[in-house]
Amino acid sequence: MEAPVVEVRDVDAGYPGELILNDVTFDVARGEIFILLGGSGCGKSTMMKHMIGLNPVIAGEILIAGERWSAKTRASLCRKIGVMYQSGALFGSMTCLENVMLPLDEFSGLKRKARREKALSLLGDVGLLDAADKMPGEISGGMRKRVAIARAMALDPEVVFLDEPSAGLDPITSSALDDLILALRREKGMTFVVVTHELPSIFKIADRCAIFDKARKVMVALGKPAELRDKSEDEFVRKFFNRGEISHGE
Amino acid sequence: MSLFSSIGKAWVEKFDAVYDNLALLGEVVVEAFTMLFKPWRFRFGDSMLAYQRAAFDGLPISIGIGFLLGLILAFQSAAALRTFGVETYVADLLAIGLFRELGPIITAIILAGRSGSAFAAEIGTMKVDDELDALATMGLAPVRFLVMPRVVAAVLAMPVLTICAELSGLVGGAVVLRAMDIPGSVFWGNVASTTDVFMIVFGLAKSALFGLLVGIVGCCAGMRTKATADGVGVAATSAVVGGIIAIAVSDGLIAVICYFWGV
Ligand SMILES: Nc1ncnc2c1ncn2[C@@H]1O[C@H](COP(=O)(O)OP(=O)(O)OP(=O)(O)O)[C@@H](O)[C@H]1O
Ligand SMILES: [Mg+2]
Repeated sequence: MEAPVVEVRDVDAGYPGELILNDVTFDVARGEIFILLGGSGCGKSTMMKHMIGLNPVIAGEILIAGERWSAKTRASLCRKIGVMYQSGALFGSMTCLENVMLPLDEFSGLKRKARREKALSLLGDVGLLDAADKMPGEISGGMRKRVAIARAMALDPEVVFLDEPSAGLDPITSSALDDLILALRREKGMTFVVVTHELPSIFKIADRCAIFDKARKVMVALGKPAELRDKSEDEFVRKFFNRGEISHGE
Repeated sequence: MSLFSSIGKAWVEKFDAVYDNLALLGEVVVEAFTMLFKPWRFRFGDSMLAYQRAAFDGLPISIGIGFLLGLILAFQSAAALRTFGVETYVADLLAIGLFRELGPIITAIILAGRSGSAFAAEIGTMKVDDELDALATMGLAPVRFLVMPRVVAAVLAMPVLTICAELSGLVGGAVVLRAMDIPGSVFWGNVASTTDVFMIVFGLAKSALFGLLVGIVGCCAGMRTKATADGVGVAATSAVVGGIIAIAVSDGLIAVICYFWGV
């Protein structure tokens, strides 16, 4: 069996002097869509910041494609991941096309024309060719997120991290974003780690999910969402899925 | 206890800020040396934009303040010097005062207010918007991308702004003396005989140093921005205050050093 793309081993997550999650362990396999779930403030974003090497873990280790985050591996690991932040985090002084080209300019070693073409084809993938020459300030929040996804995929990373891709979007746009993620996985075999709250989108795209509980500071469940919903013995997990369903009127 | 702990916290914050500024200064120096050998690392376009905003957009205010400063200084000192019948010395006073001290200082304070705060607000907004994290996860250093272009722009803008402020200050002085029936030729003759190239170059070098400090303090304040509602505002304020303090302290140090070296 192929080695996992992301390995989280006995990780204590948190900030200096503040432990948020105890002893978390899971793997993300190649081509998988893996979702981080949990109530507000339970540490999903904290966990993601550890996984993308932004903050050091308190204990344990995180490996990307078999390599551990460290000062030495940092530069090479940064090229193996793509990240979409919740706000999109596009650079406001560059056009959308320039935003997508930036990682290519810096790291791809391609000729200018080839970089431009690649960036345009990425924008095509997310359906935003006509926004190429617009500034990020001139497009909507949902479009910014899609440009950010295009930028995250520019260097054909091993794994793409998405922080709340559908937060603050209407159901139709958010469902279109889910379709986009599924299509990208299908066509490019990309691996995704996604933080989200939206139950419909979890059942639509997730292969597996990890659920964190703020009160107990642990990962309470790991597995396929439908199985967890139907079979989990854990009070919190059942409540989590059921309450969401009621509020979504199913 | 809470009073003591809050005083303590405030001090720790201050030392933290000073430490961060020094660390950033170090990074900028290292990056500057790296760029000597790899000039393509420099983000020329970003720097040009920052330069345009710092230098050209700042010209009118620098010229205006310089002119007013010269006018007022000449007016006030002429009244006193006239009692001894030596109001032509206003020219000497203005030339020495502007070229050595007031020109660089006033321009630097204007730069801190205009550009230092803008640097902090721009970078602070990016920080709040996760753009700094995005740079980091792309493996791109904020020092190279955000700080260097702005600091270089500030350093290069200062001498231009300073010389313009100084010259317009002298024009202001000439206007006052003209009104007191002292011909322009006498004024400019006195200016020329009291100034020398070293004095002007020394002042301009000092102004470039102030530009470096304002740039570093502004960018550092931006990078330290907290993700609160007033975060960017606080960052802009501390960029201006910190910039002015840095200017004053370094000017004092330079004065002491010059005194002992007898310059
Ligand atoms: N910079 C920080 N320093 C210390 N503690 C922090 C910091 N950022 C967040 N926290 C704390 O970490 C905990 C988890 O925060 P995190 O942002 O990971 O939650 P989350 O699961 O992403 O929530 P949400 O769904 O609301 O985004 C929170 O209790 C928060 O107070
Ligand atoms: Mg979060």
